[in-house]
Amino acid sequence: MMREIAVIAFAQSDTLRSTAEVSEVEMLMPVLHDVVAQTGLKTADIGFTCSGSCDYLAGRAFSFTLALDGVGAWPPISESHVEMDGAWALYEAWTKLLSGDADTALVYAYGKSSPGSLRDVLTRQLDPYYVAPLWPDSVALAALQAQALIDAGDTDEPELATIGARSRATDNPRAQLKGPVPQGDYLVRPLRTGDCPPIGDGAAAVVLAAGERARELCERPAWIRGIDHRIEAHSLGVRDLTDSPSTRLAAERAGAFERPVDTAELHAPFTSQEVVLRKALRLDDSTRVNPSGGALAANPMMAAGLARIGEAAARIHRGESDRALAHATSGPCLQQNLVAVLEGDPR
Amino acid sequence: MSKELVAVVGIGQTKHVAARRDVSIAGLVREAARRALDDAELTWADIDAVVIGKAPDFFEGVMMPELYLADALGAVGKPMLRVHTAGSVGGSTALVAANLVAARVHSTVLTLAFEKQSESNAMWGLSLPIPFQQPLLAGAGGFFAPHVRAYMRRTGAPDTVGSLVAYKDRRNALKNPYAHLHEHDITLEKVQASPMLWDPIRYSETCPSSDGACAMVLTDRAGAARAPRPPAWMLGGAMRSEPTLFAGKDAVSPQAGKDCAADVYRQAGIADPRRDIDAVEMYVPFSWYEPMWLENLGFADEGEGWKLTEAGVTELDGDLPVNMSGGVLSTNPIGASGMIRFAEAALQARGQAGEHQVEGARRVLGHAYGGGSQFFSMWLVGSEPPDA
Repeated sequence: MMREIAVIAFAQSDTLRSTAEVSEVEMLMPVLHDVVAQTGLKTADIGFTCSGSCDYLAGRAFSFTLALDGVGAWPPISESHVEMDGAWALYEAWTKLLSGDADTALVYAYGKSSPGSLRDVLTRQLDPYYVAPLWPDSVALAALQAQALIDAGDTDEPELATIGARSRATDNPRAQLKGPVPQGDYLVRPLRTGDCPPIGDGAAAVVLAAGERARELCERPAWIRGIDHRIEAHSLGVRDLTDSPSTRLAAERAGAFERPVDTAELHAPFTSQEVVLRKALRLDDSTRVNPSGGALAANPMMAAGLARIGEAAARIHRGESDRALAHATSGPCLQQNLVAVLEGDPR
Repeated sequence: MSKELVAVVGIGQTKHVAARRDVSIAGLVREAARRALDDAELTWADIDAVVIGKAPDFFEGVMMPELYLADALGAVGKPMLRVHTAGSVGGSTALVAANLVAARVHSTVLTLAFEKQSESNAMWGLSLPIPFQQPLLAGAGGFFAPHVRAYMRRTGAPDTVGSLVAYKDRRNALKNPYAHLHEHDITLEKVQASPMLWDPIRYSETCPSSDGACAMVLTDRAGAARAPRPPAWMLGGAMRSEPTLFAGKDAVSPQAGKDCAADVYRQAGIADPRRDIDAVEMYVPFSWYEPMWLENLGFADEGEGWKLTEAGVTELDGDLPVNMSGGVLSTNPIGASGMIRFAEAALQARGQAGEHQVEGARRVLGHAYGGGSQFFSMWLVGSEPPDA
């Protein structure tokens, strides 16, 4: 019998195109204060802390070490960091709570894309010998995937436009792009600006708690019924870009197919990727997809995946969902994917 | 809540050298992983998940290299996690992997850490640009030298202690076929005559820049029962962090290091580390950190660590051997250095350390630290499983 673990609080910053006036730590601090205050805990009460970020965005080695100062790690804390989206930091924290080493965990993630040119920076994620020297940028790679989907008859440009419009029709106050946003001109065919995420800086944080501790600290905990993540081959040439077998496997292992979900928060930075994910996750119109607006409304690198889990959990906290799926992705064209299934207690 | 036991059944590392120009990054990591699998007599198919760690991505210029390395490490279709906790990362990575087994999320996990430092220049990679740090704080030595000086002032240690550590570790390295520096003509006089880099740290008291990788296969009780060679059992493991910069920090003996060790000893039932632990692989990138960490880890009272070093207690044939492998002073692929400490501790507990084996080593500590002496990770491994 696995230990029951829940997301009990979620906070995030506004996502902004530029935050030149604040450091990463200054951007993060209000979010940390917010999420901890929601639980009534103090930093010293937290059993384990884990964060996700990427040095490359800030353009300096060990950038994450400075963020720790903002956590208030004194007396010293049990802490770890993944150079990944914060969704994977949450996974590490979840395993830490599962083993019984801690009863509560703080998970945070942040990223500032504004110091550099994000499309260029992301090329450095690619195979450094054969691909990265060609500098294929993130939008161009997503466009390859979108064209493959169109060629396969899985979608067309009008459908993609609908996804973009729906994503931005959100009342999420933290979103960077909202309201009617034109489909725009082609950025890289077949993707128009309306099919692509805004580039933004932002932070997100959640608190996890196990068993009775979760019930004490949260009126309606969002129980993690399952969580799993899988990676695919890196080379685009050996992958079927119209499918996402890693998402399907992670969802299966997380128990997503056992019963339908009412909400799905998908980390799909491009409209075309939502098409791929809907198919892999077998989502139909009975599931509300991305009420937060998803990554098309705000895509703070390294925090957007964690924010999906946080948004799904917050809907359960508010009683707007009973069973929700959250998804996070990493790497070019959905290379690595994480799926979590969250449930509220029966009402 | 009972945790699953964690056993180390496979260990592999590369021959560490200044520059592995013959292999790609993928080739380098695969070599270590392959050796760990061979040691455990397992195949890629037996691995449920991969946990990989390394220090800054800027060292190789590859952002989140786990994405590119998924194929090389047989991770396709599996979970793959990437840990980064500065210099302690190799240890933290092993602990994250161990926790997957302890929590019964996976039965058998491959964990690996690497650095291919020849792809860049670590000295400048570690010199944060203005305005993030003051100018002339070049490399890690520039950061740590004042703390060493503070230790000497505080304890009255004679300035000869640092060279004793370097001389010992470099001689130990001669017995370790995987060590980077094999200085066959090393003498104490040569260490003492080497140029002063960051006073009081001399050239021969600093770690090299290495290319290398280290891998381990971790598994549960059932996996250990099938292992062809004796496993090392994890008796305790912990991580602790504290802020880089704040007025109350003791940079000579950080509280996070003390707390981390205390947690490991509590888990393992160690009452007196000096008596109950047989050998230590500790993270000593500059020689003076051996006496400093001897105190921080509870092997010596405050101000007394240097006396153990001076008395030869930490020699390979001493009462508490430290860095039998030659340590970070002889081999430093930064992101892998912590895991090498953990792996060498496990090798000792398994009795598989060859020429640098400590006879009768039953409980061995692996230690790593990173950042501005702010991140700590440690594990204690033993030749026998912990009491049920």
